[in-house]
Amino acid sequence: MISRRLTTASFWFLAVLLLSLSWPVLAVQPDEILKDPVLEGRARVLSKELRCLVCQNQSIDDSDADLARDLRVLLRQRLKAGDSDQQARQYLVDRYGDYVLLNPPFKGGTIVLWVGPAVLLGLALLAAFLFLRRRAAGQTMVEAAAQPLSEQEQRRLDALLKDDKTP
Amino acid sequence: MLRRWSVMLPVLIFFVLVGFFYWRIVMMERGDMPNMIPSAMIDKPAPEFDLPPLLLEKAGLKTADLQGQVTLVNFFASWCIPCRVEHPLLTQLAGRVRLVGIVYKDKPEDARAWLSRLGDPYKALAQDRDGRVGIDFGVYGVPESYLIGKDGRIRFKQVGPFTPEDISNKLVPLLAELQK
Repeated sequence: MISRRLTTASFWFLAVLLLSLSWPVLAVQPDEILKDPVLEGRARVLSKELRCLVCQNQSIDDSDADLARDLRVLLRQRLKAGDSDQQARQYLVDRYGDYVLLNPPFKGGTIVLWVGPAVLLGLALLAAFLFLRRRAAGQTMVEAAAQPLSEQEQRRLDALLKDDKTP
Repeated sequence: MLRRWSVMLPVLIFFVLVGFFYWRIVMMERGDMPNMIPSAMIDKPAPEFDLPPLLLEKAGLKTADLQGQVTLVNFFASWCIPCRVEHPLLTQLAGRVRLVGIVYKDKPEDARAWLSRLGDPYKALAQDRDGRVGIDFGVYGVPESYLIGKDGRIRFKQVGPFTPEDISNKLVPLLAELQK
C-alpha cells in the first residue's frame, strides 16, 4: 500500500516536473532578449507583424530561420538606438518592401485585397436577398392556388370523375 | 431571361477562373514565381558599406567602388549549393561585366578553399560575416546578384542562381543598355 502511494506521488512529481520543463517553444533565443522589458515588449509586438522572408508565412518572431534571427537582432538594435516603432518598421520596409509586412498597407496595389472580401460579401448578400424574395413570391403563388375550387371547376371535376367510372 | 442568366453565371465564372489560372501558369513559365519577393531596392543607390577583403592579394569592397562602371555584385557562400551550380555561368560572365563577390555568412577559410577549388572569377572579394550588409541590400537567401549602374544605383536583382536564360534574356540586354 505504501509503495503504491509512493509510485502515485512520484508519478505526480514527474508530471509536474515535465510540465514545468515544457515552456512554449520560442524561436526567440535567450541571448537575443533585451534587458529593458518595455523595449523587449515593443520588439516582440513588432516582430510578430514582420514576415520572415525565408519561410514567408511565418513572422520573424516565430521563425527559426537564420535570417529571421538576424532581423530580430537588428530590430532590437534599432529600438535600443532610439527608433520609434514606425521608424524600425520602415527600416526593414526600405530594404525588403511592403512584402516584409504581414499586414499589407492600404494602397493602390492592395485595394483588391482589402476591399475584395467586403465586395464579395455584399454581392453574396444581394444574391441571397433576391433569391429569398423570389422564393417568397413563389410561396404566395402556391397559397393562391390553394383556394377552394369554384362551382364551375367542381362541376367539371365531377364530370371527369364520373366519366372515369365507366369500365 | 433571368433564369437563363442564373444558369449561365456559374459557367461564366468557371471560364473566368480558367482564364486566370492559365494566365498565372504562363507568367510562371516566364519566371514570375509567386514566392519571389519583388525587390524594394531597384533604382535606389547601393547601400553604404565597407567590407574587409577575403584574400590578401585582392581588394575588399565598399560603396565608392561601385561608382563609374557597371558592376555585378554577387552574394555567395561555400555552404550554398545553388551557388556552386551558378559558378561556371559567373565565370563566363566575368568577361562581359565587372564581377565582384561578397561572401555571405561564411567562414573565410571555407570560402577560400571553395574558390581555389572552383576558380575565382571575381575582381574584388569581400566578406560579410554577420550578413548585415546583405540585409542592407535586401538579401534573403544566397545566391543573389545585383547589377549596379555607373551612377551607383541598383538596376536589377537576381534572386537565386542565374540560368543561361536569365543571362541571355534579362542580363545581357540590360548590360548593353547600361554600358552605353
